[in-house]
Amino acid sequence: MFKESDIVLSAKHIVKQFPASGGRTLTACNDVNLNVYKGKTLGIVGESGCGKSTFVRMVISLDKPTSGEILYHGKNLSNLSKKETWLNRQNMQMVFQDPLASFDPKMKIVDILTEPLINYGKLKRSEKEAKARELLKMVELPGDFVDRYPHNMSGGQRQRISIARALSLEPEILVCDEATSALDVSVQESVIQLLVRLQKEKNISMLFICHDLALIRSFAHQIAVMYLGNIVEVIPGEDVAEKSLHPYTQALLGAQFSIHMDQNKKIESIESEAPSPLDVPHGCPFQNRCEHCMEKCKTIRPVLTEVESGHEVACHYVTEK
Amino acid sequence: MLEIKDLSVQYGKQAPTIEHFNLSMKKGEIISVVGESGSGKTTVIRAVLGALAGGGRVSAGDIQFNGHSLLSNTKDEWRNLRGTRISMIFQDCGGTLNPIRKIGSQYVEYICTHTDVSKAEAWKKGCSMLQKMRLPDAENIMKSYPHQLSGGMRQRVGIAMAMTFNPELLLADEPTSALDVTTQAQIVRQMMELRDDFGTGIIIVTHNIGVAAYMADQLVVMQHGKVVDQGTRDEVMNHPTSDYTKKLLAAVPEMEGQRYV
Repeated sequence: MFKESDIVLSAKHIVKQFPASGGRTLTACNDVNLNVYKGKTLGIVGESGCGKSTFVRMVISLDKPTSGEILYHGKNLSNLSKKETWLNRQNMQMVFQDPLASFDPKMKIVDILTEPLINYGKLKRSEKEAKARELLKMVELPGDFVDRYPHNMSGGQRQRISIARALSLEPEILVCDEATSALDVSVQESVIQLLVRLQKEKNISMLFICHDLALIRSFAHQIAVMYLGNIVEVIPGEDVAEKSLHPYTQALLGAQFSIHMDQNKKIESIESEAPSPLDVPHGCPFQNRCEHCMEKCKTIRPVLTEVESGHEVACHYVTEK
Repeated sequence: MLEIKDLSVQYGKQAPTIEHFNLSMKKGEIISVVGESGSGKTTVIRAVLGALAGGGRVSAGDIQFNGHSLLSNTKDEWRNLRGTRISMIFQDCGGTLNPIRKIGSQYVEYICTHTDVSKAEAWKKGCSMLQKMRLPDAENIMKSYPHQLSGGMRQRVGIAMAMTFNPELLLADEPTSALDVTTQAQIVRQMMELRDDFGTGIIIVTHNIGVAAYMADQLVVMQHGKVVDQGTRDEVMNHPTSDYTKKLLAAVPEMEGQRYV
Protein backbone atom coordinates (compact mmCIF):
# COMPACT_ATOMS: atom_id res chain seq x y z
CA MET A 1 0.00 0.00 0.00
CA PHE A 2 2.88 2.39 0.73
CA LYS A 3 5.20 2.70 -2.24
CA GLU A 4 8.53 4.48 -2.20
CA SER A 5 7.56 6.39 -5.35
CA ASP A 6 4.43 7.80 -3.67
CA ILE A 7 6.38 9.63 -1.00
CA VAL A 8 5.47 13.30 -1.08
CA LEU A 9 7.29 14.40 1.98
CA SER A 10 9.83 12.67 4.06
CA ALA A 11 11.34 13.66 7.39
CA LYS A 12 14.80 12.28 8.02
CA HIS A 13 16.45 12.24 11.44
CA ILE A 14 14.68 15.37 12.60
CA VAL A 15 15.97 16.72 15.90
CA LYS A 16 14.58 19.88 17.41
CA GLN A 17 16.04 21.33 20.57
CA PHE A 18 15.13 24.51 22.36
CA PRO A 19 17.38 26.29 24.83
CA ALA A 20 15.91 26.32 28.32
CA SER A 21 16.75 28.13 31.52
CA GLY A 22 19.88 27.16 33.41
CA GLY A 23 21.79 26.18 30.29
CA ARG A 24 19.65 23.09 29.78
CA THR A 25 18.18 22.01 26.46
CA LEU A 26 14.68 20.83 25.84
CA THR A 27 14.50 18.11 23.21
CA ALA A 28 11.10 18.36 21.56
CA CYS A 29 11.78 15.97 18.68
CA ASN A 30 14.42 13.31 18.88
CA ASP A 31 15.40 11.63 15.61
CA VAL A 32 11.99 11.60 13.96
CA ASN A 33 11.70 9.72 10.67
CA LEU A 34 8.36 9.75 8.90
CA ASN A 35 7.01 9.59 5.37
CA VAL A 36 3.89 11.21 4.01
CA TYR A 37 2.43 9.40 0.99
CA LYS A 38 0.42 10.82 -1.91
CA GLY A 39 -3.28 10.93 -1.12
CA LYS A 40 -2.85 9.21 2.25
CA THR A 41 -3.36 10.34 5.81
CA LEU A 42 -0.63 10.13 8.39
CA GLY A 43 -2.04 10.46 11.90
CA ILE A 44 0.21 11.44 14.77
CA VAL A 45 -0.99 10.59 18.27
CA GLY A 46 0.64 11.31 21.57
CA GLU A 47 0.09 13.12 24.84
CA SER A 48 0.47 16.84 25.29
CA GLY A 49 4.07 17.95 25.25
CA CYS A 50 5.34 14.96 23.25
CA GLY A 51 6.44 17.12 20.32
CA LYS A 52 3.71 16.49 17.74
CA SER A 53 2.98 20.15 17.10
CA THR A 54 6.67 21.04 16.99
CA PHE A 55 7.13 18.41 14.32
CA VAL A 56 4.35 19.68 12.05
CA ARG A 57 5.50 23.25 12.50
CA MET A 58 8.81 22.18 10.99
CA VAL A 59 7.02 20.36 8.19
CA ILE A 60 5.26 23.54 7.10
CA SER A 61 8.44 25.61 7.53
CA LEU A 62 7.31 27.63 10.52
CA ASP A 63 10.36 26.37 12.38
CA LYS A 64 13.69 24.98 11.35
CA PRO A 65 14.97 21.66 12.67
CA THR A 66 18.15 21.69 14.76
CA SER A 67 19.42 18.86 12.62
CA GLY A 68 18.04 16.48 10.05
CA GLU A 69 16.17 17.30 6.88
CA ILE A 70 12.64 17.53 5.59
CA LEU A 71 12.46 16.56 1.94
CA TYR A 72 9.49 17.66 -0.15
CA HIS A 73 9.73 15.73 -3.42
CA GLY A 74 13.44 15.35 -2.66
CA LYS A 75 13.99 19.07 -2.01
CA ASN A 76 15.34 20.01 1.41
CA LEU A 77 12.98 22.58 2.90
CA SER A 78 15.43 24.06 5.36
CA ASN A 79 17.83 25.12 2.59
CA LEU A 80 15.26 27.18 0.72
CA SER A 81 15.60 30.95 0.44
CA LYS A 82 12.91 33.20 1.89
CA LYS A 83 11.29 33.62 -1.53
CA GLU A 84 11.31 29.90 -2.20
CA THR A 85 9.86 29.14 1.24
CA TRP A 86 7.08 31.60 0.52
CA LEU A 87 6.35 29.97 -2.82
CA ASN A 88 6.50 26.54 -1.26
CA ARG A 89 3.82 27.37 1.27
CA GLN A 90 1.25 27.04 -1.50
CA ASN A 91 1.91 23.32 -1.45
CA MET A 92 1.29 22.88 2.26
CA GLN A 93 -1.50 24.46 4.20
CA MET A 94 -2.59 24.14 7.76
CA VAL A 95 -5.83 23.91 9.74
CA PHE A 96 -5.50 24.94 13.37
CA GLN A 97 -7.27 23.75 16.48
CA ASP A 98 -9.01 27.02 17.24
CA PRO A 99 -10.32 28.68 14.07
CA LEU A 100 -11.44 31.77 15.93
CA ALA A 101 -7.85 32.46 16.92
CA SER A 102 -6.58 31.94 13.39
CA PHE A 103 -9.05 34.32 11.73
CA ASP A 104 -8.97 38.08 11.80
CA PRO A 105 -12.20 38.86 13.70
CA LYS A 106 -12.83 41.96 11.60
CA MET A 107 -12.55 40.25 8.23
CA LYS A 108 -15.61 38.93 6.45
CA ILE A 109 -15.68 35.30 5.37
CA VAL A 110 -15.28 36.32 1.72
CA ASP A 111 -11.96 37.99 2.53
CA ILE A 112 -10.79 35.23 4.84
CA LEU A 113 -11.39 32.59 2.19
CA THR A 114 -9.79 34.41 -0.71
CA GLU A 115 -6.85 36.07 1.02
CA PRO A 116 -4.44 33.20 0.24
CA LEU A 117 -5.29 33.32 -3.47
CA ILE A 118 -4.96 37.08 -3.66
CA ASN A 119 -1.71 36.89 -1.74
CA TYR A 120 -0.27 34.61 -4.40
CA GLY A 121 -1.75 36.69 -7.24
CA LYS A 122 -4.00 33.89 -8.39
CA LEU A 123 -7.29 35.72 -8.18
CA LYS A 124 -8.62 39.05 -9.38
CA ARG A 125 -10.42 41.10 -6.77
CA SER A 126 -13.51 41.21 -8.95
CA GLU A 127 -13.78 37.42 -8.85
CA LYS A 128 -13.50 37.24 -5.10
CA GLU A 129 -17.10 36.63 -4.22
CA ALA A 130 -17.69 33.97 -6.85
CA LYS A 131 -14.61 32.06 -5.71
CA ALA A 132 -15.62 32.35 -2.05
CA ARG A 133 -19.06 30.92 -2.86
CA GLU A 134 -17.45 28.07 -4.72
CA LEU A 135 -15.24 27.31 -1.72
CA LEU A 136 -18.20 27.47 0.65
CA LYS A 137 -20.05 25.00 -1.53
CA MET A 138 -17.05 22.67 -1.39
CA VAL A 139 -17.29 22.53 2.42
CA GLU A 140 -21.09 22.22 2.36
CA LEU A 141 -21.92 25.69 3.68
CA PRO A 142 -24.52 28.07 2.20
CA GLY A 143 -23.15 30.69 -0.19
CA ASP A 144 -24.56 33.68 1.67
CA PHE A 145 -22.06 33.03 4.47
CA VAL A 146 -19.70 35.26 2.46
CA ASP A 147 -20.94 38.36 4.26
CA ARG A 148 -20.69 36.93 7.75
CA TYR A 149 -18.03 37.50 10.35
CA PRO A 150 -16.32 34.58 12.12
CA HIS A 151 -18.04 35.26 15.44
CA ASN A 152 -21.45 34.77 13.81
CA MET A 153 -20.82 31.10 13.17
CA SER A 154 -20.72 27.93 15.20
CA GLY A 155 -17.46 26.13 15.95
CA GLY A 156 -18.11 23.44 13.34
CA GLN A 157 -18.92 26.02 10.65
CA ARG A 158 -15.76 27.95 11.49
CA GLN A 159 -13.68 24.82 11.20
CA ARG A 160 -15.20 24.22 7.75
CA ILE A 161 -14.14 27.76 6.78
CA SER A 162 -10.60 26.95 7.96
CA ILE A 163 -10.58 23.87 5.78
CA ALA A 164 -11.90 25.82 2.79
CA ARG A 165 -9.25 28.49 3.28
CA ALA A 166 -6.48 25.94 3.57
CA LEU A 167 -7.65 24.15 0.43
CA SER A 168 -8.17 27.32 -1.63
CA LEU A 169 -4.61 27.10 -2.92
CA GLU A 170 -5.08 23.44 -3.82
CA PRO A 171 -2.16 22.30 -1.68
CA GLU A 172 -0.65 18.87 -1.97
CA ILE A 173 -0.35 18.44 1.79
CA LEU A 174 -2.92 19.49 4.38
CA VAL A 175 -1.73 19.67 7.96
CA CYS A 176 -4.35 19.57 10.71
CA ASP A 177 -3.27 20.26 14.27
CA GLU A 178 -6.03 18.93 16.56
CA ALA A 179 -8.51 20.31 14.05
CA THR A 180 -11.51 18.61 15.64
CA SER A 181 -10.57 18.52 19.32
CA ALA A 182 -12.64 21.55 20.25
CA LEU A 183 -15.79 20.27 18.54
CA ASP A 184 -18.68 18.20 19.86
CA VAL A 185 -18.69 14.57 18.81
CA SER A 186 -21.45 14.77 16.21
CA VAL A 187 -19.91 17.87 14.62
CA GLN A 188 -16.51 16.22 14.79
CA GLU A 189 -17.82 13.26 12.85
CA SER A 190 -19.21 15.45 10.05
CA VAL A 191 -15.95 17.42 9.76
CA ILE A 192 -13.98 14.18 9.47
CA GLN A 193 -16.34 12.92 6.78
CA LEU A 194 -15.84 16.18 4.91
CA LEU A 195 -12.05 15.89 5.12
CA VAL A 196 -12.13 12.31 3.89
CA ARG A 197 -14.36 13.23 0.94
CA LEU A 198 -12.13 16.15 -0.06
CA GLN A 199 -9.05 13.98 0.28
CA LYS A 200 -10.50 11.42 -2.12
CA GLU A 201 -11.64 14.07 -4.62
CA LYS A 202 -8.42 16.03 -4.68
CA ASN A 203 -5.92 13.32 -3.78
CA ILE A 204 -4.49 15.36 -0.93
CA SER A 205 -1.99 14.00 1.56
CA MET A 206 -2.94 14.73 5.14
CA LEU A 207 -0.97 15.00 8.31
CA PHE A 208 -3.36 14.89 11.22
CA ILE A 209 -2.44 15.47 14.83
CA CYS A 210 -4.86 14.05 17.32
CA HIS A 211 -4.89 12.67 20.83
CA ASP A 212 -7.93 10.48 20.29
CA LEU A 213 -6.71 7.14 19.03
CA ALA A 214 -10.23 5.92 18.23
CA LEU A 215 -10.92 8.95 16.07
CA ILE A 216 -7.65 8.85 14.16
CA ARG A 217 -8.08 5.13 13.55
CA SER A 218 -11.30 5.84 11.69
CA PHE A 219 -9.62 7.67 8.83
CA ALA A 220 -5.81 7.46 8.93
CA HIS A 221 -3.88 5.22 6.56
CA GLN A 222 -0.91 5.12 8.86
CA ILE A 223 -0.58 6.13 12.48
CA ALA A 224 2.59 7.27 14.20
CA VAL A 225 2.60 7.09 17.98
CA MET A 226 4.86 9.67 19.57
CA TYR A 227 6.19 9.70 23.09
CA LEU A 228 8.52 12.29 24.56
CA GLY A 229 9.84 13.41 21.18
CA ASN A 230 10.34 9.89 19.85
CA ILE A 231 8.27 7.96 17.36
CA VAL A 232 7.72 4.66 19.18
CA GLU A 233 5.45 2.91 16.70
CA VAL A 234 4.28 3.38 13.11
CA ILE A 235 1.37 1.18 12.13
CA PRO A 236 -1.25 1.02 9.36
CA GLY A 237 -4.50 2.61 10.57
CA GLU A 238 -6.64 -0.49 10.26
CA ASP A 239 -4.26 -2.59 12.35
CA VAL A 240 -3.86 -0.38 15.37
CA ALA A 241 -6.54 -2.07 17.48
CA GLU A 242 -5.38 -5.63 16.88
CA LYS A 243 -1.73 -5.56 15.97
CA SER A 244 -0.09 -2.74 17.89
CA LEU A 245 2.89 -3.93 19.90
CA HIS A 246 4.54 -1.08 21.74
CA PRO A 247 3.65 -0.99 25.46
CA TYR A 248 2.80 2.71 25.19
CA THR A 249 0.36 2.15 22.33
CA GLN A 250 -1.14 -0.65 24.39
CA ALA A 251 -1.49 1.74 27.33
CA LEU A 252 -3.25 4.28 25.12
CA LEU A 253 -5.63 1.59 23.92
CA GLY A 254 -6.29 0.43 27.47
CA ALA A 255 -7.15 3.95 28.59
CA GLN A 256 -9.84 4.42 25.93
CA PHE A 257 -13.36 4.81 27.23
CA SER A 258 -15.81 3.28 24.85
CA ILE A 259 -19.57 3.18 24.94
CA HIS A 260 -19.60 -0.52 24.16
CA MET A 261 -17.00 -1.55 26.70
CA ASP A 262 -17.73 -3.80 29.62
CA GLN A 263 -18.71 -1.13 32.11
CA ASN A 264 -17.82 -3.23 35.13
CA LYS A 265 -14.31 -3.88 33.96
CA LYS A 266 -11.68 -1.81 35.71
CA ILE A 267 -10.19 0.74 33.39
CA GLU A 268 -6.51 0.16 32.76
CA SER A 269 -4.08 2.96 33.02
CA ILE A 270 -0.40 3.32 33.47
CA GLU A 271 0.56 5.01 36.69
CA SER A 272 2.91 7.97 37.04
CA GLU A 273 3.63 10.69 34.56
CA ALA A 274 5.83 11.19 31.57
CA PRO A 275 9.28 12.52 32.44
CA SER A 276 10.07 16.13 31.63
CA PRO A 277 11.45 16.71 28.12
CA LEU A 278 14.19 18.70 29.83
CA ASP A 279 15.44 15.55 31.44
CA VAL A 280 14.95 12.72 28.97
CA PRO A 281 16.29 9.45 30.40
CA HIS A 282 19.04 7.50 28.69
CA GLY A 283 17.82 4.48 26.86
CA CYS A 284 14.14 4.00 26.20
CA PRO A 285 12.01 7.12 26.82
CA PHE A 286 9.16 4.99 28.16
CA GLN A 287 11.24 2.98 30.66
CA ASN A 288 9.85 4.42 33.92
CA ARG A 289 6.25 3.60 33.04
CA CYS A 290 6.78 0.31 31.28
CA GLU A 291 6.05 -3.01 32.95
CA HIS A 292 8.42 -4.86 30.60
CA CYS A 293 11.40 -2.65 31.36
CA MET A 294 14.69 -4.57 31.18
CA GLU A 295 18.31 -3.68 31.97
CA LYS A 296 18.94 -2.99 28.31
CA CYS A 297 16.09 -0.46 28.12
CA LYS A 298 17.84 1.74 30.67
CA THR A 299 20.98 2.13 28.63
CA ILE A 300 20.28 1.67 24.92
CA ARG A 301 17.62 3.67 23.12
CA PRO A 302 15.55 1.35 20.92
CA VAL A 303 15.24 2.33 17.26
CA LEU A 304 12.30 1.76 14.93
CA THR A 305 12.50 -1.77 13.56
CA GLU A 306 10.19 -3.17 10.92
CA VAL A 307 8.16 -6.09 12.24
CA GLU A 308 5.79 -6.31 9.28
CA SER A 309 5.35 -4.36 6.08
CA GLY A 310 4.41 -0.82 7.08
CA HIS A 311 4.59 -1.60 10.80
CA GLU A 312 7.60 -0.42 12.78
CA VAL A 313 8.19 -0.56 16.54
CA ALA A 314 10.92 0.89 18.72
CA CYS A 315 11.01 -1.46 21.69
CA HIS A 316 13.61 -3.95 22.94
CA TYR A 317 10.99 -6.11 24.60
CA VAL A 318 9.00 -6.52 21.39
CA THR A 319 11.93 -7.14 19.07
CA GLU A 320 13.62 -9.64 21.36
CA LYS A 321 10.48 -11.60 22.13
CA MET B 1 -30.14 13.04 49.23
CA LEU B 2 -30.39 15.60 46.42
CA GLU B 3 -33.69 16.36 44.82
CA ILE B 4 -34.04 18.77 41.92
CA LYS B 5 -37.63 19.51 41.02
CA ASP B 6 -38.74 21.17 37.81
CA LEU B 7 -35.76 23.51 37.78
CA SER B 8 -35.56 26.40 35.32
CA VAL B 9 -32.66 28.80 35.17
CA GLN B 10 -32.58 32.12 33.37
CA TYR B 11 -29.72 34.46 32.63
CA GLY B 12 -30.88 38.05 32.62
CA LYS B 13 -33.94 38.49 30.43
CA GLN B 14 -33.02 35.77 27.93
CA ALA B 15 -35.13 32.68 27.37
CA PRO B 16 -34.49 30.06 30.09
CA THR B 17 -31.13 28.28 29.73
CA ILE B 18 -32.48 25.14 31.34
CA GLU B 19 -36.11 24.20 31.68
CA HIS B 20 -37.98 21.61 33.74
CA PHE B 21 -34.94 19.76 35.00
CA ASN B 22 -35.71 16.93 37.41
CA LEU B 23 -33.22 14.78 39.23
CA SER B 24 -33.33 12.61 42.27
CA MET B 25 -30.08 11.36 43.70
CA LYS B 26 -29.42 8.84 46.43
CA LYS B 27 -26.42 8.79 48.73
CA GLY B 28 -23.30 7.46 47.05
CA GLU B 29 -24.76 7.55 43.58
CA ILE B 30 -22.89 8.74 40.51
CA ILE B 31 -24.85 10.71 37.95
CA SER B 32 -23.39 11.73 34.61
CA VAL B 33 -24.76 14.66 32.67
CA VAL B 34 -23.79 14.68 29.00
CA GLY B 35 -24.60 17.00 26.14
CA GLU B 36 -22.96 19.30 23.65
CA SER B 37 -21.46 22.63 24.53
CA GLY B 38 -24.13 25.16 25.32
CA SER B 39 -26.68 22.56 26.32
CA GLY B 40 -26.84 23.80 29.90
CA LYS B 41 -24.99 21.01 31.69
CA THR B 42 -22.70 23.29 33.65
CA THR B 43 -25.60 25.58 34.57
CA VAL B 44 -27.28 22.64 36.34
CA ILE B 45 -24.43 21.97 38.72
CA ARG B 46 -23.70 25.63 39.23
CA ALA B 47 -27.34 26.07 40.27
CA VAL B 48 -26.91 23.26 42.82
CA LEU B 49 -23.93 25.05 44.33
CA GLY B 50 -25.76 28.38 44.25
CA ALA B 51 -22.98 29.77 42.11
CA LEU B 52 -24.63 30.78 38.86
CA ALA B 53 -22.46 33.05 36.77
CA GLY B 54 -23.36 36.71 36.16
CA GLY B 55 -27.07 37.44 36.20
CA GLY B 56 -28.17 33.83 36.39
CA ARG B 57 -31.10 33.00 38.65
CA VAL B 58 -33.40 30.11 39.35
CA SER B 59 -36.71 31.20 37.85
CA ALA B 60 -38.78 28.16 38.80
CA GLY B 61 -38.49 24.91 40.66
CA ASP B 62 -36.65 23.84 43.77
CA ILE B 63 -33.38 22.20 44.78
CA GLN B 64 -33.45 20.21 48.00
CA PHE B 65 -30.39 18.85 49.74
CA ASN B 66 -31.22 16.37 52.51
CA GLY B 67 -34.77 17.71 52.58
CA HIS B 68 -33.71 21.32 52.94
CA SER B 69 -34.25 23.80 50.12
CA LEU B 70 -30.97 25.32 48.96
CA LEU B 71 -32.64 28.28 47.29
CA SER B 72 -33.54 29.99 50.55
CA ASN B 73 -30.04 29.61 52.01
CA THR B 74 -28.44 32.61 53.62
CA LYS B 75 -24.80 33.46 53.08
CA ASP B 76 -23.81 31.78 56.33
CA GLU B 77 -25.71 28.63 55.52
CA TRP B 78 -23.96 28.45 52.17
CA ARG B 79 -20.62 28.90 53.86
CA ASN B 80 -21.31 25.90 56.04
CA LEU B 81 -22.25 23.77 53.07
CA ARG B 82 -19.76 24.72 50.38
CA GLY B 83 -16.35 23.18 50.59
CA THR B 84 -17.35 20.78 53.35
CA ARG B 85 -20.61 19.02 52.58
CA ILE B 86 -20.84 19.98 48.92
CA SER B 87 -17.67 20.61 46.95
CA MET B 88 -16.74 21.11 43.38
CA ILE B 89 -14.00 20.12 40.95
CA PHE B 90 -13.44 22.34 37.96
CA GLN B 91 -12.21 21.61 34.47
CA ASP B 92 -8.97 23.38 35.19
CA CYS B 93 -8.25 23.08 38.91
CA GLY B 94 -4.91 24.74 38.30
CA GLY B 95 -6.82 27.86 37.30
CA THR B 96 -8.65 27.96 40.63
CA LEU B 97 -5.40 28.00 42.59
CA ASN B 98 -3.60 31.22 43.29
CA PRO B 99 -0.56 31.15 40.98
CA ILE B 100 1.72 33.12 43.28
CA ARG B 101 1.10 31.15 46.47
CA LYS B 102 2.41 27.70 47.24
CA ILE B 103 -0.07 24.81 47.26
CA GLY B 104 0.57 24.17 50.96
CA SER B 105 -0.29 27.66 52.10
CA GLN B 106 -3.54 27.64 50.11
CA TYR B 107 -4.45 24.18 51.32
CA VAL B 108 -3.82 25.07 54.97
CA GLU B 109 -5.86 28.23 54.60
CA TYR B 110 -8.74 26.23 53.13
CA ILE B 111 -8.71 23.70 55.96
CA CYS B 112 -8.37 26.34 58.68
CA THR B 113 -11.29 28.33 57.24
CA HIS B 114 -13.64 25.40 57.63
CA THR B 115 -12.46 23.78 60.85
CA ASP B 116 -10.80 24.77 64.03
CA VAL B 117 -7.40 23.12 63.72
CA SER B 118 -3.84 24.32 64.05
CA LYS B 119 -1.77 25.04 60.97
CA ALA B 120 0.47 22.05 61.64
CA GLU B 121 -2.50 19.70 61.81
CA ALA B 122 -3.95 21.25 58.65
CA TRP B 123 -0.63 20.70 56.89
CA LYS B 124 -0.64 17.06 57.93
CA LYS B 125 -4.22 16.61 56.81
CA GLY B 126 -3.35 18.17 53.45
CA CYS B 127 -0.37 15.86 52.96
CA SER B 128 -2.42 12.80 53.79
CA MET B 129 -5.13 13.80 51.30
CA LEU B 130 -2.53 14.31 48.56
CA GLN B 131 -1.12 10.88 49.33
CA LYS B 132 -4.59 9.39 49.08
CA MET B 133 -4.79 10.79 45.55
CA ARG B 134 -1.53 8.91 44.93
CA LEU B 135 0.52 12.01 44.37
CA PRO B 136 4.14 11.14 44.93
CA ASP B 137 6.06 13.08 47.56
CA ALA B 138 3.19 15.06 49.10
CA GLU B 139 5.47 17.27 51.24
CA ASN B 140 7.25 18.43 48.12
CA ILE B 141 3.98 19.22 46.34
CA MET B 142 2.79 21.27 49.31
CA LYS B 143 5.94 23.35 48.90
CA SER B 144 5.47 23.85 45.14
CA TYR B 145 3.78 26.58 43.19
CA PRO B 146 0.91 25.51 40.91
CA HIS B 147 2.93 26.14 37.75
CA GLN B 148 5.57 23.65 38.87
CA LEU B 149 3.08 20.79 38.61
CA SER B 150 1.76 19.10 35.48
CA GLY B 151 -1.90 19.43 34.48
CA GLY B 152 -2.74 15.97 35.77
CA MET B 153 -1.06 16.66 39.12
CA ARG B 154 -2.87 19.99 39.52
CA GLN B 155 -6.16 18.25 38.78
CA ARG B 156 -5.41 15.72 41.49
CA VAL B 157 -4.55 18.50 43.94
CA GLY B 158 -7.96 20.01 43.14
CA ILE B 159 -9.70 16.71 43.75
CA ALA B 160 -7.75 16.14 46.96
CA MET B 161 -8.83 19.57 48.22
CA ALA B 162 -12.45 18.96 47.25
CA MET B 163 -12.39 15.63 49.11
CA THR B 164 -10.77 16.94 52.30
CA PHE B 165 -13.97 17.01 54.34
CA ASN B 166 -15.55 13.88 52.87
CA PRO B 167 -18.34 15.80 51.20
CA GLU B 168 -21.67 14.10 50.71
CA LEU B 169 -21.92 15.57 47.26
CA LEU B 170 -19.13 16.20 44.79
CA LEU B 171 -19.85 18.28 41.70
CA ALA B 172 -17.39 17.73 38.88
CA ASP B 173 -17.45 20.00 35.84
CA GLU B 174 -15.52 18.39 32.98
CA PRO B 175 -12.82 17.14 35.38
CA THR B 176 -10.89 15.22 32.74
CA SER B 177 -11.47 17.19 29.54
CA ALA B 178 -8.15 18.99 29.60
CA LEU B 179 -6.14 15.86 30.35
CA ASP B 180 -4.40 13.23 28.27
CA VAL B 181 -6.09 9.86 27.93
CA THR B 182 -3.77 7.99 30.29
CA THR B 183 -4.19 10.68 32.96
CA GLN B 184 -7.91 10.74 32.33
CA ALA B 185 -8.13 7.03 33.04
CA GLN B 186 -6.21 7.50 36.32
CA ILE B 187 -8.47 10.35 37.48
CA VAL B 188 -11.66 8.50 36.55
CA ARG B 189 -10.52 5.47 38.49
CA GLN B 190 -9.64 7.58 41.51
CA MET B 191 -13.00 9.31 41.47
CA MET B 192 -14.75 5.93 41.40
CA GLU B 193 -12.66 4.85 44.38
CA LEU B 194 -13.80 7.93 46.31
CA ARG B 195 -17.35 6.74 46.04
CA ASP B 196 -16.39 3.25 47.19
CA ASP B 197 -14.26 4.50 50.09
CA PHE B 198 -16.24 7.48 51.36
CA GLY B 199 -19.73 6.99 49.93
CA THR B 200 -19.54 10.32 48.13
CA GLY B 201 -22.32 11.07 45.67
CA ILE B 202 -20.96 12.54 42.45
CA ILE B 203 -22.55 14.54 39.67
CA ILE B 204 -20.16 14.61 36.75
CA VAL B 205 -20.70 16.86 33.77
CA THR B 206 -18.80 15.81 30.69
CA HIS B 207 -19.01 15.69 26.93
CA ASN B 208 -17.04 12.45 26.84
CA ILE B 209 -19.79 9.87 26.58
CA GLY B 210 -17.39 6.99 27.16
CA VAL B 211 -16.34 8.42 30.53
CA ALA B 212 -19.91 9.34 31.45
CA ALA B 213 -21.19 5.85 30.73
CA TYR B 214 -18.33 4.17 32.55
CA MET B 215 -18.87 6.11 35.77
CA ALA B 216 -22.62 6.52 35.84
CA ASP B 217 -25.37 4.85 37.79
CA GLN B 218 -27.74 7.33 36.21
CA LEU B 219 -27.26 9.14 32.92
CA VAL B 220 -28.83 12.41 31.87
CA VAL B 221 -28.60 13.57 28.26
CA MET B 222 -29.26 17.25 27.63
CA GLN B 223 -29.84 19.27 24.51
CA HIS B 224 -30.69 22.98 24.28
CA GLY B 225 -31.37 23.17 28.01
CA LYS B 226 -33.83 20.30 28.08
CA VAL B 227 -33.41 16.74 29.23
CA VAL B 228 -33.91 14.46 26.25
CA ASP B 229 -33.02 11.17 27.91
CA GLN B 230 -32.70 10.17 31.52
CA GLY B 231 -32.45 6.87 33.32
CA THR B 232 -30.07 4.15 34.41
CA ARG B 233 -26.98 3.61 32.31
CA ASP B 234 -28.44 0.53 30.70
CA GLU B 235 -31.68 2.26 29.77
CA VAL B 236 -30.02 5.24 28.15
CA MET B 237 -27.13 3.42 26.46
CA ASN B 238 -29.06 0.46 25.14
CA HIS B 239 -32.57 1.78 24.74
CA PRO B 240 -32.32 5.52 24.08
CA THR B 241 -35.70 7.09 23.43
CA SER B 242 -34.70 10.33 21.72
CA ASP B 243 -33.19 10.69 18.26
CA TYR B 244 -30.61 13.04 19.66
CA THR B 245 -29.20 10.43 22.02
CA LYS B 246 -29.09 7.88 19.22
CA LYS B 247 -27.23 10.31 17.00
CA LEU B 248 -24.84 11.17 19.80
CA LEU B 249 -24.07 7.53 20.54
CA ALA B 250 -23.53 6.80 16.86
CA ALA B 251 -21.07 9.67 16.48
CA VAL B 252 -18.67 8.53 19.20
CA PRO B 253 -15.50 7.22 17.56
CA GLU B 254 -14.80 3.62 18.53
CA MET B 255 -11.77 1.40 18.26
CA GLU B 256 -13.97 -1.27 16.65
CA GLY B 257 -16.05 1.23 14.71
CA GLN B 258 -16.25 1.93 11.02
CA ARG B 259 -13.43 3.36 8.97
CA TYR B 260 -13.94 6.01 6.35
CA VAL B 261 -10.97 5.05 4.22
